[in-house]
Amino acid sequence: MPLLKPILLVEDDLVDATTSKQALKDIRVKNPVIHKTDGEEALEYLRDPDSDRPAFILLDLNMPRLSGIELLQIMKADAELQHIPVVALTVSKYEQDKLDTFNLGVAGYVIKAVDYDVFLRSMDIIIQYWAWNGLVEKERETANARL
Amino acid sequence: MRDCKPILLLEDDTVDAMTVKRALKDLNITNPLVRVANGEEALVYLRDETKAKPCVILLDINMPKMNGIEFLKIAKADDKLKRIPAIVLTTSKDDKDRFTTFQLSIAGFIVKPVDYLKFVEAMKIVNLYWTLSELPNTEQENVNAKLATDTACR
Repeated sequence: MPLLKPILLVEDDLVDATTSKQALKDIRVKNPVIHKTDGEEALEYLRDPDSDRPAFILLDLNMPRLSGIELLQIMKADAELQHIPVVALTVSKYEQDKLDTFNLGVAGYVIKAVDYDVFLRSMDIIIQYWAWNGLVEKERETANARL
Repeated sequence: MRDCKPILLLEDDTVDAMTVKRALKDLNITNPLVRVANGEEALVYLRDETKAKPCVILLDINMPKMNGIEFLKIAKADDKLKRIPAIVLTTSKDDKDRFTTFQLSIAGFIVKPVDYLKFVEAMKIVNLYWTLSELPNTEQENVNAKLATDTACR
């Protein structure tokens, strides 16, 4: 079986990053998760020939150094990176952020839910969708059901 | 879907188009389905100011006159259209089609299952995802001019 590509999580808030990683673990995603704390770190990773190309990217928008929108601009202008689907995962409800990211070709824009169960459900929908796209895999439901 | 706008379906095969329509109905998805038979017809629809812009575009790849890839090249270079999420819905498992369309910033590439119930399952997830995801305002350039009129369908 070919190795599963990683999911790249770009998030500066460590608590939010931990929550996202926990959610992906709770829904038993088989793909490894790689966490980068801002756009610049993510870009370094993406441009490193030794790193695995991600299946898709979960991208926070408000980050220091290089923001999510700036990273998207750079990725979408780079023939080597523009094919990687990017899903914005943010607290921003600004119409302008939605407009800018969709104009730059994001493949989804999900508002982070504060409540963990609601967040888990949104993450599960995101994973199921990208599983239908053939990019991620989940463990079988019966594998080690949390009781 | 998140708002009540139409879903634009680019599909040359009438039977396949009817299957999509039936699946949406079986899932109680109330967005109107606008079906066109190729990319050229889709551009005519999308550029007609009297027509409501779709919330999402579902497109087949192999179509006569203007295929899905040619359509995407034009739509994704058009400032008024590029923000509309476009999801490929195809029987093609061609890795080249997948790569080319993802290069063109599609928002999904779903290989249509032959089995109807599996197809409904796929459409259910597509609908859940695009209900969870926010959508851009597609009607006007200046988002501050008027508040978005999009409201939840149900």
